[in-house]
Amino acid sequence: MAATFNFELVTPERLLFSGQVEQVVVPGAEGDFAVLAGHSPFISTIRPGLLEVTSPEGRQQLLVKKGVAEADPDRLTILAQSAVSVEDLRGDRLANELKAAEAQLAEAKDDHARMTAEGLIDLLKRIQLKA
Amino acid sequence: MASLKDLRNRISSVKATRKITKAMQMVAAAKLRRAQEVATAARPYAERMDQMIANLGSRVTDKGSAPLLAGTGRDNVHLMVVMTGERGLAGGFNGNISKLARQDAQRLLAAGKTVKMIMVGRKGAEALKRELGEHYIDRIDLRAVRQIAFANADEIAQKLLRLYEAGEFDVATLYFSEFKSVIKQVPTALQLIPAKLPEGKAEAAGGAEAIHQYEPSEEEVLGDLVTLNISTQIFRGLLENVASFYGAQMSAMDSATRNAGEMINKLTLTYNRTRQAMITKELIEIISGAEAV
Repeated sequence: MAATFNFELVTPERLLFSGQVEQVVVPGAEGDFAVLAGHSPFISTIRPGLLEVTSPEGRQQLLVKKGVAEADPDRLTILAQSAVSVEDLRGDRLANELKAAEAQLAEAKDDHARMTAEGLIDLLKRIQLKA
Repeated sequence: MASLKDLRNRISSVKATRKITKAMQMVAAAKLRRAQEVATAARPYAERMDQMIANLGSRVTDKGSAPLLAGTGRDNVHLMVVMTGERGLAGGFNGNISKLARQDAQRLLAAGKTVKMIMVGRKGAEALKRELGEHYIDRIDLRAVRQIAFANADEIAQKLLRLYEAGEFDVATLYFSEFKSVIKQVPTALQLIPAKLPEGKAEAAGGAEAIHQYEPSEEEVLGDLVTLNISTQIFRGLLENVASFYGAQMSAMDSATRNAGEMINKLTLTYNRTRQAMITKELIEIISGAEAV
């Protein structure tokens, strides 16, 4: 079994996840990065995307939006403005998210914002196909 | 002197009122508990956010890169975001917030500043409309919202940020009621923009001061955090406000129920006295009538 570290996912409404995990893949502002136990101290903002948590109990995927990740050798804290488990993302909810993302794309002022929005739309469409 | 029938009517109407205030008090108590739970659940996010900003703020020396921290360098145009309740019957809750906002607005106006106001909640907007209505630039209605979600706060924050980018104001202040306890709610003014860095306590956890790497740069991360923090502060304000509202309503309804009880006692006493007086009077009439025969 891989070494574990303490992971906390916090949204403004509540503490969503807190416990020991093996690996977390975080959608960083400048690209995805994986955090394992003993990661060097690191802070990154995150873009809307898929957060993948591997814990001894299994794997979990969550859609996160805007926030920050703070990694230390023995813990990882993610502050996300919103986080939804991919399994809960069905039907109406998915359609709403997609609509919001498309609105964002339409409003995007620079390349960076456009790329972020496009990435999110892609991701949502893939979830939709799988559902 | 009121007749017996009048007294009976009054007693039954006060009893009905007491039932209503009692019910409202219990509803407020239940809702207060919910509101407190929500506020407690929201705390970890705000705490960690504060800590990160404090950590980062102590390290970043060039604050000019984060416009929300530096401000515009002027303080001519003040934006006041006043958050009150959608309903009344909550003691001094709405009045206290409005009073604080009114004082500040008048002080700023007297100093020759421009004041713009965003009113969240119906009651405050109505209370200040006559004096300060011309300064309103927006009203936000949360009446249809059953449970305040972060999205509600974020919407207000985005509005604020758009106005700020457009150069519509220099300083933004949030007015809400801080929840201390069921019987104590303190109207509070909190400066949102330019943001103030939370004081000290850099990295209590973790012991040895770790040097973090930042992606993108420290300045950008700090800028992002401060932006996120505005939504967080507004969210906190909204939640505190909800808890304060139900706290104030609960104690107001509690004293209303008690007053109704006292009134019923007094009225019942008067009613019984009048009834006895009438019986005595009738007896005297009968006796004196019998004696006359």
